[in-house]
Amino acid sequence: MASIITISGLTKSYASGFQALKGVDLSIEEGEIFALLGPNGAGKTTLISIVCGNVRPSGGGVTVAGHDIIRSYRGARSAIGLVPQELSTDQFERVIDTVAFSRGLFGKPRNDAYIEKVLRDLSLWDKRNSKILELSGGMKRRVMIAKALSHEPRVLFLDEPTAGVDVELRRDMWKLIGELRETGVTIILTTHYIEEAEEMADRVGVINKGELMLVEDKDVLMRKLGQKTLTIALTEPLSAVPDHLAEWDVSLKAEGNEMEYLFDTRAERTGVSSLLRKLGDLGIGYKDLNTRQSSLEDIFVSLVHREQMA
Amino acid sequence: MSGPNLRAIWAIYTFELHRFRRTLLTGLLVPVITTSLYFVVFGGAIGSRMTEIDGIPYAAFIVPGLIMMSMFTESIFNASFGIYMPKFTGTIYELLSAPVSAAETVTAYVGAAATKAFIVGIIIFATAHLFVDISVAHPVAMIAFMVLIAISFCLFGFILGIWAQSFEQLQVIPMLIIMPMTFLGGAFYSIHMLADPWRTITLFNPIVYLISGFRWTFFGKGDVGIEYSIAFIAAMLALCLAVVGWMFRSGYRLKK
Repeated sequence: MASIITISGLTKSYASGFQALKGVDLSIEEGEIFALLGPNGAGKTTLISIVCGNVRPSGGGVTVAGHDIIRSYRGARSAIGLVPQELSTDQFERVIDTVAFSRGLFGKPRNDAYIEKVLRDLSLWDKRNSKILELSGGMKRRVMIAKALSHEPRVLFLDEPTAGVDVELRRDMWKLIGELRETGVTIILTTHYIEEAEEMADRVGVINKGELMLVEDKDVLMRKLGQKTLTIALTEPLSAVPDHLAEWDVSLKAEGNEMEYLFDTRAERTGVSSLLRKLGDLGIGYKDLNTRQSSLEDIFVSLVHREQMA
Repeated sequence: MSGPNLRAIWAIYTFELHRFRRTLLTGLLVPVITTSLYFVVFGGAIGSRMTEIDGIPYAAFIVPGLIMMSMFTESIFNASFGIYMPKFTGTIYELLSAPVSAAETVTAYVGAAATKAFIVGIIIFATAHLFVDISVAHPVAMIAFMVLIAISFCLFGFILGIWAQSFEQLQVIPMLIIMPMTFLGGAFYSIHMLADPWRTITLFNPIVYLISGFRWTFFGKGDVGIEYSIAFIAAMLALCLAVVGWMFRSGYRLKK
């Protein structure tokens, strides 16, 4: 797959001196769904805003569909549809007018059939003559998506698409994003809900304090998700892992009072029973067993935590 | 895409005119009623006791000043509101992320606001005919003057709309600076009627030159030479364009 967005060494310092981005490198493949995950204030929106043209970069470069976002901004922006986090709409406009307006703003010739298709796909066709202020919050969000899709973009940015949205609507949104991807649109979404990234993304990037800390295929992350940690509470503390246990991936925790074993739940042999048998053979007593699934959340928290310690 | 984004200019221009159409009644009725009131009070009640000014009946004398005053207010209000509202509601994101240049944005917003201000000017001109006989000495110059004034003041309003960070700031310049300057700029009197330190002081008010120039197009004479008026409009246009250009280049209050 070819890369549709290339971000290199991107930095942003605001007038206040706050460094929102500290040299981000990222490449987005055409047709993928990329989830940018991070806590509030991590730099997600700043990153999106720079790519879309709403914020000026301090340093580094971005190309979209081969166009530099500064030198060749028309080409770059024509390829992008943006749905910002805030529900910002022209309240007094009719749905169909505001969507047609967006298409014109992006320099595309009028195309009623396409606008109708977009509105139908988003279940907005029945509401096309309603004023936006008459719509519910979820419907307004759909109008903003329709506006972003009105000019047939190759890349769609969704900034926190499900922030402040109820559970049912969030499911709807996920379904919708899945359908959009079928049309071949590249989708970049930001979220601080891990389950959202898990649900939809092909790849996940974790950003914190303006630095991209990890970019990985979701499947790779899921494999890490498939791992479990077995914690064995020992009756007598050990000072070191016995040599006989070398073939198991074990480590000592809690000053030798606990032994941890990392295993893959999907492997044919998890090694749990043989480890316990071996412990029995070695005469190492234990009083409790506990297994725990490591989630994307754990990975996320430990990444962010490690950053904070540094 | 190559060349200017004409579709975007058209989209914004029609969007803005559509916005005006929503408030058509107040937008057009207010200038008509205001003008009529001025004629009843100044033209009828006071004007009947006044001698002619420079050989022009007082009721006719105030027509150019009235048109200018309304056009100043309309231009500044429409243009500042047009760009301030998207900033206020957040819809400006779309404009900033669209393949639209600064020149296209200004053309569309200022063009739409100037169109409305021009229409208001024409309506006041027509209303004035109901009250007084006016003949226009230089009709082409009159139209050209109205167009230039509309564009200059809409540019000024556009700057104001970008600068303003609250509704109060949006109001303060038109109400506290432009309005007094217009009143003191000879909208309802000739500056020759003033005694001298005030007459000289008044010459520092740029509005004097604009109203005087517009009055020239009606009666063939103004308080100051027409060449000064033309120079002042040209200077105002140039200054506003320079400021708008700087605002977009620096991202001033539009982009962080």
